[in-house]
Amino acid sequence: MASKKYDLVIKDGQVIDPALGFGKEAHVFVKDGRIVKIQKDSAAIARDLKSLDDDQLIDAAGKIVIPGLIDIHVHLREPGGEAKETIETGCRAAAAGGFTSVCCMPNTTPRIDNQETVKFVQDRAAGADARVYVVGAITKNIEGKELSEIGDLVKIGAVAITDDGNYVQNPEIMRRSLEYASMFDIPVMQHAEDQFLCAGGVMNESFQSSRLGIKGAPAVAEEIAVARDIALCQVTGGRLHIQHVTTRGAVEAIRKAKLAGINVTAEVTPHHLVLTDEEIGKEFNTNLRVNPPLRSAADRDAVIEGLIDGTIDCIASDHAPHAEQDKDCEFDMAPPGMIGLETTVGLIKTYLIDKGYLSWADAVRKMTANPARILGLPGGSLAVDSPADITIIDPEKKWTVRADRFQSRSKNSAFIGYKLSGCVFKTIMGGRIVFG
Amino acid sequence: MSRLSSRHLLGLEGVPKEDISRILETAVSFREVIDRTIKKVPTLRGVTVLNLFYEPSTRTRISFELAEKRLSADTVNFSASTSSVKKGESLRDTVQNIEAMKIDMVVVRHRSTGVPYFLTQCMDANIINAGDGAHEHPTQALLDMFTIWRKYGRLDKLRVVLVGDIKHSRVIRSNIWGLQTMGASVALCGPSTLLPVEVEKFGCDVYTNVDEALDGADVVNVMRVQLERQQSGLLPSQREYTNLFGITKDRLKRLNKNYTIMHPGPMNRGVEIASEVADSDHSVILDQVTNGQAVRMAVLYLLSGRQEEEGM
Repeated sequence: MASKKYDLVIKDGQVIDPALGFGKEAHVFVKDGRIVKIQKDSAAIARDLKSLDDDQLIDAAGKIVIPGLIDIHVHLREPGGEAKETIETGCRAAAAGGFTSVCCMPNTTPRIDNQETVKFVQDRAAGADARVYVVGAITKNIEGKELSEIGDLVKIGAVAITDDGNYVQNPEIMRRSLEYASMFDIPVMQHAEDQFLCAGGVMNESFQSSRLGIKGAPAVAEEIAVARDIALCQVTGGRLHIQHVTTRGAVEAIRKAKLAGINVTAEVTPHHLVLTDEEIGKEFNTNLRVNPPLRSAADRDAVIEGLIDGTIDCIASDHAPHAEQDKDCEFDMAPPGMIGLETTVGLIKTYLIDKGYLSWADAVRKMTANPARILGLPGGSLAVDSPADITIIDPEKKWTVRADRFQSRSKNSAFIGYKLSGCVFKTIMGGRIVFG
Repeated sequence: MSRLSSRHLLGLEGVPKEDISRILETAVSFREVIDRTIKKVPTLRGVTVLNLFYEPSTRTRISFELAEKRLSADTVNFSASTSSVKKGESLRDTVQNIEAMKIDMVVVRHRSTGVPYFLTQCMDANIINAGDGAHEHPTQALLDMFTIWRKYGRLDKLRVVLVGDIKHSRVIRSNIWGLQTMGASVALCGPSTLLPVEVEKFGCDVYTNVDEALDGADVVNVMRVQLERQQSGLLPSQREYTNLFGITKDRLKRLNKNYTIMHPGPMNRGVEIASEVADSDHSVILDQVTNGQAVRMAVLYLLSGRQEEEGM
């Protein structure tokens, strides 16, 4: 069998790669799972394309071709929560959402706080439809008491540490984790919510919670946590990553810290960019119960502003699957979290790009180059010789979010029924078409 | 068909004035029924009403049950302590089981906000909220308004002060919405730790000084203060609450002449209200209890859509 010159060519798409500063119509050539070149159309190229079989060609005319998206905050639930999601179904959801790389959180059962569990996840992820990078636990069993064997975790491949879901409440432990992690040059990802201030809170503390008589978690719980950790980051010289930023005060603190040269990065979820606490009283939809909670419109606007000016580096879904029966209950009894991998692209297009807040290049940067840089991941760019992780987007296609279309094993999205513009056309990971 | 603009009574926020007036006016006739020797009308004959109480309640449950019985409805009681809830059955499953038993109307109390709404989504019955979390308790507010209205002949331009734990009180929330809709001027008074955030957005005057709050008021509705607030750091002590917010005889001097003292019960005598105030001629606390039945009869009747011809 003659060896082919290319395995796959994506032709005529609008190629956007913020890492390369590239943004024009071109063909993307893939061979052996890597990108071999990106080239504009020419007579020679046209001849090349003619020699290819149809199944080696993807017609991306009218589509946007971008580096495979990276989501640095997802819950794959395996091990222990297989009824909600497995690594296989979570990666299928990732592929359907245009993500070729995801970072999974360690709050599984058992926790990912040791090499064996990291290895288990890695083994289960081999052959899945997305690359899975493991984020290990900061503390043993996510209890906030003793540091995990972070050196061991990094050695086997953990890309960062977090106690996500829990805030590392003890400042001494947080200080030591930043110091310790700095030996390995990995970030400490913090779920920043002071546990005393938000104890019992199930929605944002605001007039909405006052009106509904629901216990609120105040914005200051996040702001005090962010401020404290920035101070600790500064004294330790560690790397701090603030997960799911939701408040004006937190955005301002991070902006100021960055100006002062402190090594802090931040993410925001699509649901905090799109929804506010005013949604909750309408139908008490338990899929709106998330941690940190949906905030006021003023906070939401401040977070969008922070995303635009670069205070917030990236968009991450905090994909948090929950079984239907666990969410089909009283609002305050519902476990927090909603799924997000399969709605991120449509939401960002509809609510940020179409509204003029972000350009495609800005949005793509926040879901490719920036998350790759924060965690030192391969990918995030279509540079020659990079892994052929490529997402093709149909930018104007209208679609309605439907529960029965989700690849995720769970359906707990607050966006079911939303009409969105822009969806994933195809997802390619390592040269293999994993979706579309 | 319901004779109100909705087939359920989930709260008073957003309920139009016409509905509230209709409930109050209808309650007048039922109040007369209660004063008869034979306190019963056939209005809801053949209608099955379930009292679904997930939270302990004595007076509200009994008040509803009496209202139902006096309307000749068939009543069933379900309380969490004697039900499958303890076996871990989900709310939806419980409710669907009840629906399968062909219930026409459900009176529900639950510790979680939004449960009455949840019920409207999984069953066909008319739903009446008898208290959901700290959200709303519409029939209590209606009976409070009925009691005031009967005394003054109006609700508009009266000054009503609600005193107590504003943050955790569903009675206060329902009173705010109802009284505002009917044109009363509403003032809230309580310790700053028991005021909900952004309390000013309720559109009431807000006080942390009870003497200022009572100045020029017509009605004082005193709320029960939960003694466990101390443990959660919201109050230093019961003693201090009484000193700062207790409604004592001395404090009543600032009220308008024909003033009214109310309390939804159960009272902590000597804590939020002095005994001599609770038992004074200005107190309508026991009228509230009797009126509660009339108002609940009116709500049940109007939501059921039954005709009046069967006699009242």
